Amino acid sequence: MESLWLSVKLAAWVAGILLVFGIPLAYWLAFSRWRWKFFVEAAVAVPLVLPPTVLGFYMLVAMGPQGPLGSAWSKLFGRGLAFTFQGLIIASVLYSLPFAVQPLVVAFEGVDRKLLAASAVLGAGEWSTFRRVILPLSLRGVATSAILSFAHTLGEFGVVLMVGGNLAGITRTVSIEIYDRVQSLDYTQANRLALLLLALSFAVLSFVYGMNRRVRRRVWIPWASR
Amino acid sequence: MAGENHILALALRLFALLLGYAAPAGLCFGQPCEIRVAAASDLSFIMPELASQFERQSGCALRVSYGSSGNFLSQLRNGAPFDVFFSADLEYPKRLEAAGLTEGRVCEYAVGRLALWAPANASVNPASEHWNALLDPAVAKIALANPDHAPYGRAAIAALKKAGVYERVRTKLVFGENISQAAQFVQSGNAQLGVLALSLTRAPAMRQGKSWEIPPEFYPLIRQGAAILKGARNAGSARRFLEFLQSAGVREILRRFGFSPPPAD
Repeated sequence: MESLWLSVKLAAWVAGILLVFGIPLAYWLAFSRWRWKFFVEAAVAVPLVLPPTVLGFYMLVAMGPQGPLGSAWSKLFGRGLAFTFQGLIIASVLYSLPFAVQPLVVAFEGVDRKLLAASAVLGAGEWSTFRRVILPLSLRGVATSAILSFAHTLGEFGVVLMVGGNLAGITRTVSIEIYDRVQSLDYTQANRLALLLLALSFAVLSFVYGMNRRVRRRVWIPWASR
Repeated sequence: MAGENHILALALRLFALLLGYAAPAGLCFGQPCEIRVAAASDLSFIMPELASQFERQSGCALRVSYGSSGNFLSQLRNGAPFDVFFSADLEYPKRLEAAGLTEGRVCEYAVGRLALWAPANASVNPASEHWNALLDPAVAKIALANPDHAPYGRAAIAALKKAGVYERVRTKLVFGENISQAAQFVQSGNAQLGVLALSLTRAPAMRQGKSWEIPPEFYPLIRQGAAILKGARNAGSARRFLEFLQSAGVREILRRFGFSPPPAD
């Protein structure tokens, strides 16, 4: 149970941080006209391609005393980053980045450009347009982004396995504990935890799709029977 | 029309190839005999050597997959296609035997050994400080394999307890999923010291480090067992391979790669 709570805590932190950093990044990706923008788009999507254990291995190396992350962190805080909860957060933020940014970009790009033009004509600046036009119209994308990164982090395994060190209450998340139980042939406990994780994830995803549906129902679709 | 057929045939052939319907490798390359081996990851350095010697003697090739013994156990129970299972302990193959999934009895092929290991550039030196290296203030994290399911992790905890340092280092311990991952923790500098399998410290990437073999009286024997699996395609050759492992020449290889020969009983 401790491990499930730890996973939820990790997922909440990651979803929060990704909102804070994801929104400006997604805004830039949606509206920038920089010709090399596609490189940034590709970089954001790369964690989708890399196997999580591979990503985790390089995170582990980066967090080492010679690695860029590890050396910077120990200069700031006087201790290492691997095997800590903070280390898990940083690794998971990178791992879930595409899941947070893609829905935001889609939502921002989907805002009718005529409304943006109207907003500008009425004298609103970029920030004011974002706050009063783009963001309110993209709330569904923002929610999808937060919930997807939450759910994705909840089920994360490979990255945590590589950088966590399996410390109870600190880095032993629920997926790690399930794996451990299976390895020790304790299938009863493994099943129980897996079921809990499944139920929680199902609830989260039902919530997302339920919300999507409520928005979509306002649009009349000729071939959809009521 | 003819051209279309040609393209269709080509597409079908490509599709079959992707599905793996091409002739089995054995038929293609005149390899009459192939043993499919599931091996614990601590064997990943010695197995290629054993395989090449055996192949030279018998003409029988080994196709080895490495993984954790626990994973293999679950997979073998669910019909994974292997002929022989080399576990890092005796318990897992014995369980397969009890479930009636093995061909004949479990046999012991090696005994694992433990070492204390630090990278070459570390400030601690287990080779000269032995157990005291663990208590060095520069050592913030000590890596070992997860004692809940990895035999080397279990042995490492036993050794730390026997040496009387366990309580003092308990909060410094971090656990790899298996012994190789524990080694990565140390190699990457995130842990300063590791209680690892001696066989790993003999690996090319780790040979430069500082290591001290923990004397065997500190931990129970890490007895490693192997079993031929029921339904093995090649049970005869698999048995010959197990017999080959008991030969005198192999004992020398075992020692060189950081194992001991199995105890005579």
